[in-house]
Amino acid sequence: MPKIFIDNTSYEVKAGKNVLEACLTLGFDLPYFCWHPAMGSVGACRQCAVKVYKDENDTSGKIIMSCMEGVRDGMHLSIDDKAAKAFREQVIEWLMTNHPHDCPVCDEGGSCHLQDMTVMTGHDYRRYDYKKRTYVNQYLGPFIHHEMNRCIQCYRCVRFYKDYAGGKDLNVFAAHNHVYFGREKDGTLESPFSGNLAEVCPTGVFTDKTLRQHYTRKWDLTSAPSVCQHCSVGCNTIAGERYGGLRNIVNRYNAEVNGYFLCDRGRFGYEFVNSENRITKPQVMHQAVDENALMHHLETVLTNHSLIGIGSPRASMESNFALLDLVGKENFFCGVYNEEMMLERRITDILDSGKIPVASLKQIEDADAVVILGEDIWNTAPMMALAVRQSVMKTGGREATEKTPMPEWHELAVKELQQNTKGFMVNVTVTETSLDEIASLNINAAPDDIARLGFAIANHIHPSLELKNFEEAVLAKAKTIADELLKCSNPVIITGTSCYNDPVLRAAFDIAAALKAAGKAPAIAFVVPECNSMGLAMMRGHAFDTAVRRVNREPNVTAVILEQDLYRNLPAGIVDEFLSKCRNIIVLDSLNNATTEKAHVLIPASTFAEGDGTLISYEGRAQRYYQVYVPDNKYIRESWKWLSRMKMIISGKANGHDPHHDSVISSLETALRQFAGISAAAPSSGFSIHGEQIPREPHRYSGRTAMLANRNVSEPKPVADGDSPLSFTMEGYQGTPPSSAIPFFWKPGWNSPQAVNKYQQEIGGDLIGGNPGVRLFVKSSGNMPEFFKDYPEHFRERQNKWLLLPQSHVFGSDELSVYSAGIAGRSPEPYMGLSPVDAKMLDVTEGSQVTIKSEKEEYSFPVKIVESLRNGIVLVSKGLPGTQGMSWGNWVELAK
Amino acid sequence: MITFSENKLKEAQRIINRYPQGKQKSALLPLLHLAQDEFGGWLDVPAMDYIASLLNIEPIEVYEVATFYSMYNLKPVGRHVFEVCQTGPCMLRGSDQIIDYIKQRLQINVGETTPDGMFTLKTVECLGACGYAPMMQLGKTFREHLNEEKVDQIIEECRSKAARNN
Repeated sequence: MPKIFIDNTSYEVKAGKNVLEACLTLGFDLPYFCWHPAMGSVGACRQCAVKVYKDENDTSGKIIMSCMEGVRDGMHLSIDDKAAKAFREQVIEWLMTNHPHDCPVCDEGGSCHLQDMTVMTGHDYRRYDYKKRTYVNQYLGPFIHHEMNRCIQCYRCVRFYKDYAGGKDLNVFAAHNHVYFGREKDGTLESPFSGNLAEVCPTGVFTDKTLRQHYTRKWDLTSAPSVCQHCSVGCNTIAGERYGGLRNIVNRYNAEVNGYFLCDRGRFGYEFVNSENRITKPQVMHQAVDENALMHHLETVLTNHSLIGIGSPRASMESNFALLDLVGKENFFCGVYNEEMMLERRITDILDSGKIPVASLKQIEDADAVVILGEDIWNTAPMMALAVRQSVMKTGGREATEKTPMPEWHELAVKELQQNTKGFMVNVTVTETSLDEIASLNINAAPDDIARLGFAIANHIHPSLELKNFEEAVLAKAKTIADELLKCSNPVIITGTSCYNDPVLRAAFDIAAALKAAGKAPAIAFVVPECNSMGLAMMRGHAFDTAVRRVNREPNVTAVILEQDLYRNLPAGIVDEFLSKCRNIIVLDSLNNATTEKAHVLIPASTFAEGDGTLISYEGRAQRYYQVYVPDNKYIRESWKWLSRMKMIISGKANGHDPHHDSVISSLETALRQFAGISAAAPSSGFSIHGEQIPREPHRYSGRTAMLANRNVSEPKPVADGDSPLSFTMEGYQGTPPSSAIPFFWKPGWNSPQAVNKYQQEIGGDLIGGNPGVRLFVKSSGNMPEFFKDYPEHFRERQNKWLLLPQSHVFGSDELSVYSAGIAGRSPEPYMGLSPVDAKMLDVTEGSQVTIKSEKEEYSFPVKIVESLRNGIVLVSKGLPGTQGMSWGNWVELAK
Repeated sequence: MITFSENKLKEAQRIINRYPQGKQKSALLPLLHLAQDEFGGWLDVPAMDYIASLLNIEPIEVYEVATFYSMYNLKPVGRHVFEVCQTGPCMLRGSDQIIDYIKQRLQINVGETTPDGMFTLKTVECLGACGYAPMMQLGKTFREHLNEEKVDQIIEECRSKAARNN
């Protein structure tokens, strides 16, 4: 390790880093703007100047930009040097000649990197007495507010939006003192990663527009570590509350998962928590009741009836387990058909076998080749798509710089050398996707053909099966891909359930297994539909078909349905049949939907913001989310608390205490072996540091003694949290909490999100104490053939029948996030995609209404002609109004 | 929709062909100059969109470049554009006075055009003729060692030239 001298003290630093990273890692406060750990150095802002000396005898030295200089062994530098300090102060002074003094009314105030840096450099007096330049701001859509006057020209926004995330509609215009960052004209920022601008921008040019609707300063938020609920990736978030409403979601750094960023669905989808549509009171037969009446009624419906439970892919492990515990393992079902469940079972079987490791987002970013089979990850797991983009770009950069001494962090130089060089990425999907433009090869095919191509690739890498009836063209493509993959060392294979096709999953495994046999280090990622789909799949409940048969057979069944709208995933006819046969229907959920309407007993469940829970992401990573605030409404409780109470009713201990989170988790670990280790996802509720809990409120939290004075002039006693080591107060341990329990990032002098620097072992590296979450698929327990080899038949069009497949949308396909106005506004109108040939055959044109007939249901949508779609497939927007309960993956009839 | 004349289109193709496949964007600057000459001395949005379509790039990429350089006019300009250098050496040699004099003579401010559409006054950064300061660029030529008489002369010259051509 190189040894460097900072102000005459020696330090060991990591080789290959730049001086700024090294100084920040060592804990020095060195100001910067344009540098970002995820985006490298460009040396534009001149803020991070330090003095470097030739050797220990050199006393004059020279000023350099620390972000543009690599560390060298024996390097002598000074941060405290007078000239360097004056230089840094002067840079801020220049920036401030045009920056408005509107901090008190600026949304960024209190979490502003520019404020922090200004204080850090000591600039406090304006000598420049001319006018400040002003701009016209733009309307940028429902998520981002624009205020160009505050701009300090660091270029981070365009570097993130265009270079990092591949956006096209944000750019920089003009030059000199009138540089403008914005769109070509007013309009919604199209990238699904636009929300990150609010955190990437070091000042208040781009701010969270949803927060503006109910603005609160960062220091006034009660916040807790949380986990995103809107897809299976499991990005780490921080959720903030004030006055009983959820105010915002910001990124919570996790080096292995989402790093510094979030997608807009995750960042702005939170408003469902504050929705008018929340269930606020228990209801019996659609009549609101109080708790006594509810308990009394529950006693009659729970005892003397046979109980079945329907587990939920969007409810926590705790709630699903409490349900399983209530009804018994043999009576625990999932709200999906057998075919879909078999897909998820296939995935857990493969991951359980431990043959191929699961790829975290970090591993995807670092992969030197990516193969995507049949999953439109841009829409089903946006952050994974962003990770794939990094793999393609970084690998391209690495290849281009291999023979030069250029370090990876030198973004400008790497970009110059890289030009159009990209890493290898094959995107094999049913239709075109937003990732196509960076793919080395795009192939659009029917699911069975995607699988066949996959098997052919596997066979080229490691000949193991006799391929019969394969077209020459497919074999040639497979050979090209296989040859490229054999040049790589750590490729990642990504697939998922969106094709509703088991062979696709098996083919993905075979490619990975073949690569492993060829001496590579492959990893695999399976995208599943919901935030806890993986957890539910691991519980191995029975399919919904079995539940329907059960209620048809048995007359006296009480069904307990956990946090899901059955009508979304199952045909309405089947759900109607099921519900009509149940003697009693108990539904626990947070928002009203078609299923809650049918409930005989409806119980208000908490959302992620009002309760504790653990979710298991696509990588089998168990991650804990914490209750953010105690809702005024005492009926809103975690489903697992309600379900445990129901269990007490059955066992005749109705007056017992509610169980604590720790006991639920430890029962889960004991009862279901596959979840062993899940308790390590977060510290237990008894955890404390020097006898102190971790406060959810910053020490500057204001108004505590007065904010509820309209109700009671005495300050209420803080609620004790029996479920976690976090407290609902400002008091408590002020140091760095365990990495899985960080309620907000703050360190003295660092109020902005950039305070995360101080929580990392090294800049851009793991959090101190390791990254949050435990991966449950680490032990190889299951059996798995070496290769599946069983490739399907070639996809054949059928007479008058079409294969129904889903088209997911970042905005709209997720059930909960559409209750946020901004997300709802960006959801597309549902449509039906047909190939040009099929459209011609049916004699329909773009926009014609066509009806889909499947089993008992009929759905009608306008046609969209999709050039890239194969004949014989019909594509329908998933999850949008009117597309619920469609039998994806089945053959349907179409009629004009 | 606006298009280049056949000759200009040939010229544009010749410029585009200078660059290797996939690097057509490199032709952006000369094409913008071509468009500026062709379409009345300035670039309006349809003109920039047209260039984007020729190069098969997004319009926003053209705007980004066109707004960066002071040589591209994004507003209509007069028949004669005075681009007076205001960088250090010219300033020391009295460019401020020259600018003030032009303003007063033409009754316009910097960035404005005379109502008869004859003159536009712009200030620019160093044009690399510091030895002849103060100076300005008029069309394709430099006008050097400026003083009030010279400015009068130039204005007269422009007016008579315009009268001749009309």
